[in-house]
Amino acid sequence: MTLRVNDLKVYYQTLRGDVHALDGVTFDLADGEIMGLAGESGCGKTTLGKSLIRLDSRMRHVGGTVELDGKDVPIGDDEAMVPFRYHEISLIPQYAMSALNPTRKIGRMVNELLRARGVRPADIADELKRRLELVGLDPDVLDRFPIELSGGMKQRVVMVISTLLNPSLLIADEVTSALDVSTQRAVAESLVEFRDREYVKSMIFVTHDISLVYQMADTIMVMYAGHIVEKASAKTVINEPRHPYTQMLIGALPEVGSTTVQGRLEGIPGTPPGLLDPPTGCRFKDRCPLAFDKCSERPPLVEIEPGHWAACWKTG
Amino acid sequence: MLELKHVHKVYRVGAFGGGRLRAVRDVNLTVEPGEVVSLIGESGSGKSTIGKMVLGLTRPSAGSITFEGTDITTIRGHSARKEYYRRVQGVFQDPFSCFNPIFKADRVFEMIRTSYFPETSAPVWREKVLDALATVRLDPDNVLGKYPHQLSGGQLQRLLIARALLLDIKLLVADEIISMLDASTRIDVLNLLADLKERGLGILFVTHDLSLGNYVSDRSVILRKGAIAEMGPTSKVFDNPLHPYSRHLLSCVPQLHRTWAEVDAELEANPPEDVVLPVAADDASAPLLEVEEGHFVGIDQG
Repeated sequence: MTLRVNDLKVYYQTLRGDVHALDGVTFDLADGEIMGLAGESGCGKTTLGKSLIRLDSRMRHVGGTVELDGKDVPIGDDEAMVPFRYHEISLIPQYAMSALNPTRKIGRMVNELLRARGVRPADIADELKRRLELVGLDPDVLDRFPIELSGGMKQRVVMVISTLLNPSLLIADEVTSALDVSTQRAVAESLVEFRDREYVKSMIFVTHDISLVYQMADTIMVMYAGHIVEKASAKTVINEPRHPYTQMLIGALPEVGSTTVQGRLEGIPGTPPGLLDPPTGCRFKDRCPLAFDKCSERPPLVEIEPGHWAACWKTG
Repeated sequence: MLELKHVHKVYRVGAFGGGRLRAVRDVNLTVEPGEVVSLIGESGSGKSTIGKMVLGLTRPSAGSITFEGTDITTIRGHSARKEYYRRVQGVFQDPFSCFNPIFKADRVFEMIRTSYFPETSAPVWREKVLDALATVRLDPDNVLGKYPHQLSGGQLQRLLIARALLLDIKLLVADEIISMLDASTRIDVLNLLADLKERGLGILFVTHDLSLGNYVSDRSVILRKGAIAEMGPTSKVFDNPLHPYSRHLLSCVPQLHRTWAEVDAELEANPPEDVVLPVAADDASAPLLEVEEGHFVGIDQG
């Protein structure tokens, strides 16, 4: 078991009180698993990704534990997290395209980064070139400035840099959202290749695009308003979702081939609840067509069949 | 209604404007009333530039754009332009930056009133606003009198569409209007476009997402590097793509019930027939070839 997250709570501090962005999240991630983490904006998916590597000054670790390869990860302690970062847990940030230092050639930037982590750049230079070639880049990019590369190339450079020290866990946050469809496919396929070659042991792929996650992930976890609503294998989530939110979300996605003439798709009425003062019980109950009295209690995340977890009173 | 003929756009680039960038190359297309035409392309394909030229935000370098018989490049002067915008409006990608955060969101309606309908009395105007809000399926109690930060992206985007509807427009240029919205509200805005189409509005729907273009449009135009790669009725373009570039794009779109490997295997099993593509005489022209009725393919750009 690579990663075990147990009842994790991370709140954002604001002047008006705490925003309950992650409110009791529990899941496991197996060795070699690519987990797609899907949900609407504001559901806590980026917060979950960030809290596994670095809490920023507004974020507060309220409760819960994170365990990686049997070791406790002290996510609330900024200093103690340093040895984990990059060596054990690595992140490809959202809009990684602007993550590169514009005043440094890429090769020099990589060297500075490695030295800062106590690794001699010379030891890893060959591996770096090999990996750049693997994602279809010429090692000459190391002598170029970020501005000379296209968006897709920058994204792949960041991908190679983030995984250079073979981290146990890679968090890829919306890495393909700003890319064109054909580049998107190339980047997504390289990420799977990285897992297959064991450059990374397991991966959390955060995205709002469920159809993309279906192409590459082994499992999909769907979040809504700071809670996990469903987790199962990618095929199960797409073809037999059990939680009403997942069902409605997948029903609202137009596909190549579906048109308004054949029948209109329906959106989900209403908006997600504010998390400053979140509703009690199931957070989807106000938008849910199946809601009944019991939904005022929070439904636990239960395993309804092997490997398929859902948090809804109606599926239990 | 709207017709583009041999439209080109060349931008000057570089520090002193010495370089040239051909953003749009020999584009011909029409939009009829009650028709949704999707302009689909990757970044740098010129799709937004076409939208901007139709809205008169930038001028074509060559070619003509006519709207209801008048060449829009000949429209000069404030009042003539204002008349044009009474009939043609645009809605853009980022609804959050279209509103001034200092004022209430419904100020956009009041601004339309002061510049276009100063004679309309307050109760009549309110009636009109409520009517426009009903068309975009917004609840007036939820949106009127609110500040932009209190509304969701989908609500703001629908407010902007309602604002355009107050002008009784004939053509709406929708440039990536749903790419910033969430999956659950995205489909509502798309369905709204389909409703507007039924009321006889012509829509130029600019998008990079093939599945969205496919869902709502009657005709699709696939652009590559400024030139049309393929154009035709949406069902024909998507079921039987003829240009190698369109085929490549379609094979890369993530689908919900088929993986990329399955799509590739299927293509391998029955490889599509190759079509002879037209040849460009020089690097400015981009001729189209009509393969079947209304279904055109463009030049091969490697």
